[in-house]
Amino acid sequence: MTGAAPRAIVIGASAGAVQALSDILPRLPADYPVPILVVVHVPAAPSGLTRLFAAKCAVAVVEPDDKERIAPGTVYFAPPAYHLMVEREGTIALSTDEPVLFSRPSIDVLFESAAESFGPELLAVVLTGANEDGARGAALIEQAGGSVLVEDPASAYAATMPAAALARCADARALSLDSIADHLLGLGAA
Amino acid sequence: MDAAVTNPPAGNVEDIEIQLLLEALFLRYHYDFRHYARTSIRRRLRQARDQLGFPNFSAMQEEVLHDEDMLSRLLDYLTVQVSEMFRDPSYFLALREKVVPHLRTYPSLKIWIAGCSHGEEVHSFAILLHEEGLLDRTIIYASDINPAALEIARSGIYPLDRIATFSRNHQLAGGKSSLADYYTTAYDRAVFDKKLRAKVVFSDHSLVTDEVFTECQLVSCRNVMIYFDRPLQDRAVGLFRDSLTRRGFLGLGSKETLRFSEHADSFTDFVREEKIYQRTDA
Repeated sequence: MTGAAPRAIVIGASAGAVQALSDILPRLPADYPVPILVVVHVPAAPSGLTRLFAAKCAVAVVEPDDKERIAPGTVYFAPPAYHLMVEREGTIALSTDEPVLFSRPSIDVLFESAAESFGPELLAVVLTGANEDGARGAALIEQAGGSVLVEDPASAYAATMPAAALARCADARALSLDSIADHLLGLGAA
Repeated sequence: MDAAVTNPPAGNVEDIEIQLLLEALFLRYHYDFRHYARTSIRRRLRQARDQLGFPNFSAMQEEVLHDEDMLSRLLDYLTVQVSEMFRDPSYFLALREKVVPHLRTYPSLKIWIAGCSHGEEVHSFAILLHEEGLLDRTIIYASDINPAALEIARSGIYPLDRIATFSRNHQLAGGKSSLADYYTTAYDRAVFDKKLRAKVVFSDHSLVTDEVFTECQLVSCRNVMIYFDRPLQDRAVGLFRDSLTRRGFLGLGSKETLRFSEHADSFTDFVREEKIYQRTDA
């Protein structure tokens, strides 16, 4: 991957997500040039994630409304009990369709829609998790010419999700959380 | 409304097929999905394609053009939303505490539940209005474009294993009775009392192609418009505005907003965090 910034970054995380994201998102500057969309598996209750990270981060952290236009310097968390997707024109699309792999929000659903909307101009990050959500979507992103980074299963809180993504993506790179954060910051140093 | 203008990457066969299929559905049956949000309709169509065993959308199009039974099977994929009774209990609590006092001031009430699907919300409204002593003076219009879904809504029968969730939501919504007062069990099903539906008019109405049909004090349309593109959302919100009495109420899903609507000026926030709006005098 060159230093050219993608149109969007998509991140999926499950068990251990808060700790892993805490090593990445707070390091991004307020003027970070790429919008970031995040799916974390949470119980279908009001999500404290947005509040938690808004307090820790320089970038804006929001739980988007349907049809909101994604913008740089902003992290978008999937609302509890909705699938988060993104349209070609860069607007948020939410859905209350059935869970996928028992998950709503689903990482695969976000990754698939982002792959179709942004093709090669997309970076996906698969973090810690105890299930296989995200592997199928990451493979689609790779097929569409996008890049995939995966948290190193050896050091991840839960190795299943990153290992599943690595198994499906030939070109994915396994990195430590610090290296993932460095890579994201590098994209902003255009 | 004009057909959706999309600019798929040249040669993307699936995009072309989807557009042709939606056009075929419109021309043949007058069901218009051309302005549905692309990502969602694509997901749902792929699900239909795979589960109904078609190799591609062109094959599906041929079948649906020549076999009307295929239409109803496809409609279930494109329209059905399984909801819960008192879904988002805080919405119903806000209706009870903040909207009902206004509704009490009317001698007769009309409420429109648009896109009612299997009728979970219809029954929730009927129970809430009954608890508040307003059901007798209310007519509830429940509309959907899927005849099979309307049939289920009309029957008031739900799987018994969903009742625990319904009951919990009902209590969180400030329920003044027990949900068990309103249904009887038969085998593995809960059958809701037909008295709840005595004042409900179920109708086949499309937010895409049909017009205003009544004047009402409250419209509830939740998680229906997230499946529409912005021009279609504008059309639907325009219908709601034109249906509402002065100072009437509009309730949307928790992640829907009028912020991006061309009709934003016709409404003010009434309970902002619950997406309950009030029509202004403008």
